[in-house]
Amino acid sequence: MTEIFGVPIQALFGQLMLGLVNGSFYAVLSLGLAVIFGMLNIINFAHGALYMAGAMLTWIGLEYLGISYWWMLVLAPIGVGLIGIAIERLMLQWLYKLDHLYGLLLTFGLALMIEGLFRDLYGVAGQPYSIPEELSGAFNLGFMFLPKYRAWVVVASLSVCLFTWFMIEKTRLGAYLRAATENPKLTQAFGINVPLMVMLTYGFGVGLAGFAGVLAAPASQISPLMGSNLIIVVFAVVVIGGMGSILGSVVTGLGLGIIEGMTKVFWPEASATVVFMIMAVVLMFRPAGLFGREK
Amino acid sequence: MMKRKLLALTLSALLLPAAGSALAQAGKISGDVVKIAVLTDMSGVYSALGGKGSVLGAEMAIEDFKAQFKPKFKIELVSADHQNKADVGSNKVREWYDTQGVDMVTDVLNSGVAIAVAKVTTEKNKIMLNTGAASTRLTNEDCAPNNVVHYVYDTYALANGPGKAVTKQGKDSWFFLTADYAFGHSLEKDSMDAVKASGGKVLGAVRHPLNASDFSSFLLQAQASKAKVIGLANAGGDTINSIKAANEFGITKNQTLVGLLTTVVDIHALGLQTTQGMMFTEGFYWNLNKETREFSRRFFSRHKGMPNMLPAGTYSAVLHYLKAVQAAGTDDTAAVMKQMKATPINDAFAKGGKIREDGRMVHDMYLVEVKKPGESKEPWDYYNVKQVIPGDEAFQPMALSRCPAVKK
Amino acid sequence: MSRRVTIAYLAGLALLMLAPMFIYPILVMKVLCFALFACAFNLLLGYTGLLSFGHAVFLGGAAYVTGHALKVWELPTLVGLLAGTVAAAALGWLIGSLAIRRQGIYFAMVTLALAQMVYFLFLQAPFTGGEDGLQGVPRGTLFGLDLSVDINLYYLVLAIFAGSFWLIQRTIHSPFGQILKAIRENEPRAISLGYDVAKYKLLAFVLSAGLAGLAGATKTVVFKFATLTDAHWHTSGEVVLMTLLGGMGTVFGPVVGATVIVTLQNELADKVGSLVTVIMGAIFVICVLAFRRGIVGESLALYRRMIGQKP
Repeated sequence: MTEIFGVPIQALFGQLMLGLVNGSFYAVLSLGLAVIFGMLNIINFAHGALYMAGAMLTWIGLEYLGISYWWMLVLAPIGVGLIGIAIERLMLQWLYKLDHLYGLLLTFGLALMIEGLFRDLYGVAGQPYSIPEELSGAFNLGFMFLPKYRAWVVVASLSVCLFTWFMIEKTRLGAYLRAATENPKLTQAFGINVPLMVMLTYGFGVGLAGFAGVLAAPASQISPLMGSNLIIVVFAVVVIGGMGSILGSVVTGLGLGIIEGMTKVFWPEASATVVFMIMAVVLMFRPAGLFGREK
Repeated sequence: MMKRKLLALTLSALLLPAAGSALAQAGKISGDVVKIAVLTDMSGVYSALGGKGSVLGAEMAIEDFKAQFKPKFKIELVSADHQNKADVGSNKVREWYDTQGVDMVTDVLNSGVAIAVAKVTTEKNKIMLNTGAASTRLTNEDCAPNNVVHYVYDTYALANGPGKAVTKQGKDSWFFLTADYAFGHSLEKDSMDAVKASGGKVLGAVRHPLNASDFSSFLLQAQASKAKVIGLANAGGDTINSIKAANEFGITKNQTLVGLLTTVVDIHALGLQTTQGMMFTEGFYWNLNKETREFSRRFFSRHKGMPNMLPAGTYSAVLHYLKAVQAAGTDDTAAVMKQMKATPINDAFAKGGKIREDGRMVHDMYLVEVKKPGESKEPWDYYNVKQVIPGDEAFQPMALSRCPAVKK
Repeated sequence: MSRRVTIAYLAGLALLMLAPMFIYPILVMKVLCFALFACAFNLLLGYTGLLSFGHAVFLGGAAYVTGHALKVWELPTLVGLLAGTVAAAALGWLIGSLAIRRQGIYFAMVTLALAQMVYFLFLQAPFTGGEDGLQGVPRGTLFGLDLSVDINLYYLVLAIFAGSFWLIQRTIHSPFGQILKAIRENEPRAISLGYDVAKYKLLAFVLSAGLAGLAGATKTVVFKFATLTDAHWHTSGEVVLMTLLGGMGTVFGPVVGATVIVTLQNELADKVGSLVTVIMGAIFVICVLAFRRGIVGESLALYRRMIGQKP
């Protein structure tokens, strides 16, 4: 069995694939955070909890209503998006005039509420969710096993990121959005309903998190805690990438996922902290982030 | 003036408990109530192993004791969730002992919590009948023979069953997937010793955090090791998820999985299709004989699930404790411990059980093999009992004990 | 300190000296430790305007160092406490230096991420005991007084709290404190006045970290163990909540906030289980939306309105 740097090929490619999968989640989540931050200037701490809500809704959909995974791929993000719109209209909109830190504190409180609620209802042990029939099994590529579901996660995430990029950079709606981000008052003066844009942006951003949650449901344990540890790593990803560009968030997310995977092979003890270590280095030499522009 | 009053008040506050304990030694029940506490994991990764089931086991023991022995003293039961955190469990127990007059704590699954609670129990000179946790440290490095009894099972007993039997079948290279805390470390070490003693090889181990959300990365390492056996030194939700992930990655095609701490509850969650043929050590099986069946059906009617060794053991421990309190006429720790060690245990859970000098309760364990789907005749009919391991063989001999308080 | 504050301080102190007669001493000690933690945090948030979202790492780090010093190196209690405090201050210097490179929201995120990194280091380092924690820390003795007796330890903890509180007050009212307030109000102006703003921020950060460390070290001696919970980001969130609820930038706000939160958690933990987290979150949300000045802040405003002053 061939080895590279003393590591069996199968293990190396296996971890590479897992790293790519993790990176896809980082990309989708940091994209959502970047979109929200761009428009609202709020760091959405509830992003992890809403990702978890997406996964939970997927499970609830199957368990109580018999709705299949494929339907939930569409329904769960919409559900989470609606929750997001409610949050924005009922709570966030009152904070725009205040110091941005209040937005962080509010969303932190919301994250605690959502996490606590699901924890109370379902405990922390985690619910099982089977991989849908069409995606179970694996491709035997010779040098590694590629589980079909994991491949699907990467493809779906990247498609969604591409779709978001296209929407924001290439469509008229995206143009309005970008204008509203740069100069809300002027854009409003041109007759564009800026508060509506803001509301839809937040809904879309958390909808992305919900979509990531649906993807995650069959792959890992659906537990109320699944979002909280992930979101802190995503924060680090966002600091590393800077929140200037969409492509930047995606590239940074994927790249860091792969680096984390490789670290698991060659230096396993550091795998939980490597993203933070990179963040520390980036902070020292390029504080605005790799793709960022200091606002 | 203020200072003297303060001094007087302080002195009386300090002396009162001393007076109280002198009273207890005179042969009375402290506070006129025997208060028992169940500290367990109610909602987390181990909640299906102990949790509400353990509380029910304690309740049934109290009911049976009252019906059979008609005691003159009152008995109260309290319970709490330690959330698998040593600080939460430790603080709760300290508060129980200091402010609520709790005399005995039981279950305490999760070895990290158990070791912390054992320390507080020793400090406050109360009794802990540990029916939930596994680590052998409770009767070795962290032993407290005057206060702590390790009642149901431990990592030595768990490891030796499959460690010997599976290795002797020719599956003699092992790789371990270990929960990264006291329990996992203990089970990993005892299993490695058992494998090596049977002529097998240990190819390596990888540690995962308790209640890990994703096992794929760890299982890949296990797969890469090419070991014939992957030993799962974890429990509850972690074992269930490891087995599921192993199936997803096709690992079970070429390698055998051994869940070193598995109970009938986990088999029920995973199904016979996935687990058939697995071998491990169990402390109790509901379908063993008439007495176990009778107890288990009573339990099932209230819990909607069959008891595994934790609730059954908690039932036995509480019953044994109450009998000792009645026989000794007091709930004073030293007197009750002496009585418990002097009396054999004969109930639905164990026959001829005995509490040793080091606090280890010695009783028969069972090497079981999971049935094939076709062999099972009713729900929960999951095991073929391959071997009854007599207590003296199942548990670590006193000669090897690392407990400082025990003379060898 | 103003006369009003001094009177309140002495009255509170007198009450606290009598408290163990009526309330379980361990609970009061827990409140005092967290009150100190919140006061230290308030120095940074309320007076300098810096939101550190990873402050628990100082609480936990000092807890481990003190635990280790008392249990393994068998140092005297006061030396152990000092060791923990110094360790936390050093860690504060490291984290602060990196975090100060960004401002506002980014500063908060960086502190959170760096704290999480240190948390994972604690998880894996052998000397912390990982998930099991550092157990069996001896309390030791102080001038011949056995600290295993809860009451004796109580008065030591009270002394530590009272002393630190007084220290924080002196700092706030010193020239150094005035500059911190200037930075909070209008940082560009402070820079234009010639102050090396980064240095002041870092100093405030280190001071805050050190005092948070003292709180953690004291807590270890009270409970005789140090665990990962002390350094978890939930605890970081809790201290933010205590300060916000009590009243940012007020003298007694953090103490009030800490008392309310610790007591609430103690009472509710058994009764409602996981809903405690929901309640904490709800308090956060309500405070941010409608109660930003916190209990003390809103009470002061109400009082001023009642006596006819401008709030």
